[in-house]
Amino acid sequence: MSEQIEKAISRKYDAGFVSDIESDTFPPGLDEDVIRRISAMKDEPEWMLEWRLQAFRSWQKMKEPDWAHLGYEKIDYQAISYYSAPKSMKDKPKSLDEVDPELLRTYEKLGIPLHEQKMLAGVAVDAVFDSVSVVTTFREKLEEAGVIFCPISEAIKKYPDLVKKYIGSVVPRGDNFFAALNSAVFTDGSFVYIPKGVRCPMELSTYFRINELNTGQFERTLIVAEEGSHVSYLEGCTAPQRDENQLHAAVVELVAMDDAEIKYSTVQNWYPGDENGKGGIYNFVTKRGIAHKNAKISWTQVETGSAITWKYPSCILKGDNSVGEFYSVALTRGRQQADTGTKMIHLGKNTKSTIISKGISAGNSSNAYRGLVKMGPGADGARNFTECDSLLIGDKCAAHTFPYIESSNPTAIVEHEATTSKVSDDQLFLCQQRGLDTEKAVSMIVNGFCKEVFKELPMEFAVEAGKLLEISLEGSVG
Amino acid sequence: MLTIKDLHARVEEKTILKGLNLTVNPGEVHAIMGPNGAGKSTLGYVMSGRDGYELESGSIELNGEDLMELDVEERAQKGLFLAFQYPVEIPGVSNMEFMKESVNAMRKARGEEALTAAEFLKVAKEACKQVNLPLDFLKRGVNEGFSGGEKKRNEIMQMILLQPSLAILDESDSGLDIDALKVVANGVNSQRDGKRSFIVVTHYQRLLDFIEPDFVHILSDGKIVKSGGPELAKEVEATGYAWLGKPEEAGA
Repeated sequence: MSEQIEKAISRKYDAGFVSDIESDTFPPGLDEDVIRRISAMKDEPEWMLEWRLQAFRSWQKMKEPDWAHLGYEKIDYQAISYYSAPKSMKDKPKSLDEVDPELLRTYEKLGIPLHEQKMLAGVAVDAVFDSVSVVTTFREKLEEAGVIFCPISEAIKKYPDLVKKYIGSVVPRGDNFFAALNSAVFTDGSFVYIPKGVRCPMELSTYFRINELNTGQFERTLIVAEEGSHVSYLEGCTAPQRDENQLHAAVVELVAMDDAEIKYSTVQNWYPGDENGKGGIYNFVTKRGIAHKNAKISWTQVETGSAITWKYPSCILKGDNSVGEFYSVALTRGRQQADTGTKMIHLGKNTKSTIISKGISAGNSSNAYRGLVKMGPGADGARNFTECDSLLIGDKCAAHTFPYIESSNPTAIVEHEATTSKVSDDQLFLCQQRGLDTEKAVSMIVNGFCKEVFKELPMEFAVEAGKLLEISLEGSVG
Repeated sequence: MLTIKDLHARVEEKTILKGLNLTVNPGEVHAIMGPNGAGKSTLGYVMSGRDGYELESGSIELNGEDLMELDVEERAQKGLFLAFQYPVEIPGVSNMEFMKESVNAMRKARGEEALTAAEFLKVAKEACKQVNLPLDFLKRGVNEGFSGGEKKRNEIMQMILLQPSLAILDESDSGLDIDALKVVANGVNSQRDGKRSFIVVTHYQRLLDFIEPDFVHILSDGKIVKSGGPELAKEVEATGYAWLGKPEEAGA
């Protein structure tokens, strides 16, 4: 049976096409000049450049972390191009009609039509292509509600006070190796600002696409939810199928003021490389949110792509009664490696966190959960519940769990549950005997395993995520 | 409809079935009894094509088609149903979802349109009532946290929904109290329509008080050693299987 499963897991990657688009791309290499040029391309104010340069200087003194359960050849940071933008974006199209049709077609092919009338009702999209934002939809409608949703490059110019106040406030520019690199060279990403008491009238989403060869994507997202506001945000990512590894190092910062709520969902489907581990995206991401009094931050992620995933969306529960949640499905197959999890830092009184992590390993892949729950001295009555489940498909894959618990408060309660299970021959046989083919059977079993997480996704995307898993598992059983 | 000829089959290196012959006509109920290790469960697994159960020689034909040529799901789609002795759990997948996929996979194979959620719900509720399970079982994960009796009733519910042309019940009576036993039996009896056939595999005669078989076969050491009418089951109940003696002498 495991042989059948192996076959089913060698899947095709639907988003692997390359768009034929003329781009302005920097030659590979990184020094202060490159950073100055990125800043100049973006027409940035002086303070932003200064901030980048300081980040770069601290990055130069830092060492690439090697504590994760990942194995890969050292990245040559001088062999990467740090900026690439479609030529047609140079003149900054004013409306969708002026955007290169090839760009629009690319998104259409990925199932993200950018014409508002064709879009999913109730979802606004910022489309980021290599290093620039192509278009942001429904902006007028959002502005009516006072919501700002725009490329971060634009926010730096239009809302410098807001950006200055919050950028680096949650993930400092020297936070870690990859965050420092991102702070130095980030090119675009989304900026979201929800004013006091506003419930964002639609789902916001950013769609990241890497197209150009040998280019890294370094996006930066900043979401600020003022007192009592509410927003749900989703990001999706894909890249062409290439033999070379490509680097993606993003930073996401969330600020939830008193009584605010931010729900952040990710469906990550970067190119994972082929079955022999050739090519694929190296995904090194720092995501963190700070929750003030009674605020809530909820991370939901469905990770099916990337050759390497290094990612720990975290919550700093600073305010009393604040709530942090992390729901994760990470699927690895082929030669994929994932080291992912979360950090819940409880500082305020009666803070609560929930971690539900579902790791699915297939093929020759390795899937690790790494999570830290920290109860600070002031976290009276704080509570954490962690559930960490691994599902193995076949017999050549591996699942690891690295939970860290640090408690400095005797009234805090931390619970950890972990299980490991296999898709059993009995389960497959039952499904087949009921007329289902093996692929359908495996995808059903896996979907069932992930149900607790999928129900946290916004409705439209829950369906999407289920389908994505199904495609990802295609051929994993035969 | 079912013709098994000189069936030899093995599990791993061990030959379990050693020349089994069986013919089942439309509408018939055949009971297969026999001591532990006779090959009763193996027969169901070989027929349904379970991995690891290998045919050595002989043939199985269902409605004129050679079953051994088909995959597990294809055999199921041709109308072969196996009610499991130990139904397995599939956490997180609701019974409803599972059965809807299953029913629609069968319909698709027959070239029929899929049932909508509403249409399916209607038939599923009906089936649920028929086996005396509360409706919330439709929402619960497949066999997740079900008691032994509930699992068996759930199997019968699936059989009612799928309306197979041939159902094999693998010790569907084991571990059941008398009420659950009646529910299982009623489920089977409600499906007897003169066309559908059943193979009821059981260790005890008890179930056959409620499902009256047309034929009873005694399986011993991989072969049918004695066949008869319902009275044979009663005989076994009275005398046990000791009369079978050593495998070599049996059926001589």
